[in-house]
Amino acid sequence: MNEAQVIVDDKVPVVRIIREFDAPVAKVFRAHVEPELFAKWNWPDGYSVRFDQYDCRTGGAYRIAMSGPEMQGSVHGSFHDVITNELIVQTFAPDGVADFVVLEKHRFEDLGDGRTRLTAQSLVESFEHRDSFIDAGLLEGYARLDQLLEEL
Amino acid sequence: MAPADQLSRVFSALADPTRRHMVARLTMADATVNELAEPYDVSVQAVSKHLRVLEEAGLVSRRREAQRRPVHLEVEAFDLMTTWIERYRRQAEERYKRLDALLADLPDGTEGEAK
Repeated sequence: MNEAQVIVDDKVPVVRIIREFDAPVAKVFRAHVEPELFAKWNWPDGYSVRFDQYDCRTGGAYRIAMSGPEMQGSVHGSFHDVITNELIVQTFAPDGVADFVVLEKHRFEDLGDGRTRLTAQSLVESFEHRDSFIDAGLLEGYARLDQLLEEL
Repeated sequence: MAPADQLSRVFSALADPTRRHMVARLTMADATVNELAEPYDVSVQAVSKHLRVLEEAGLVSRRREAQRRPVHLEVEAFDLMTTWIERYRRQAEERYKRLDALLADLPDGTEGEAK
């Protein structure tokens, strides 16, 4: 079974998602790095997504605008470290909200036999932020980001 | 209390190992403050302080009427946390199911090919 696991850390305000794929690490990595591919899976159906910038390499940055049934808005961040088929370290911030930033790490592990384990870790600055982050369901494709913005 | 506030309190209440241990003890049966203090090298006052944090998070309650005022675990509070994490997990899973489908259709090739 490849079902996603969620681990909520009790020492630091971190949430980790662990998921395995029946695909080689190079493909899973590409699906994160190439905007044409990333756009195809990171948002639910019914969302239109515009990449104003998506330069997924060390020192690069991104800015993505999206609109859909439940929200519209834009987010941005920087790619701090991108190591091919191993690691992406990036920030995530909604536009228009000063002083809110999430530090994200995507770790890609080659499991052999054409299988890959992805560990996606999000670090925020307090447990309160982390819990509203979970509530906001940012991984739903930011669908409930508007509610988070209201709560902040 | 708004659900988001309560969830935050639940998380921070459970961030402490002593409180987690007390919660584990209470899953077996209700217990008095003295009984809860027994395994630890701390004062009853310190245990009471931990209990107050758990009580404010809605994780435990203390029956007013009983003489011994045993501490009772509020299972629903844990359900709330489990529900929220499960929803978060489900959202991630939906996303990664879409990625599964994409990966299955992606032709083999060298990196950077699919521009």
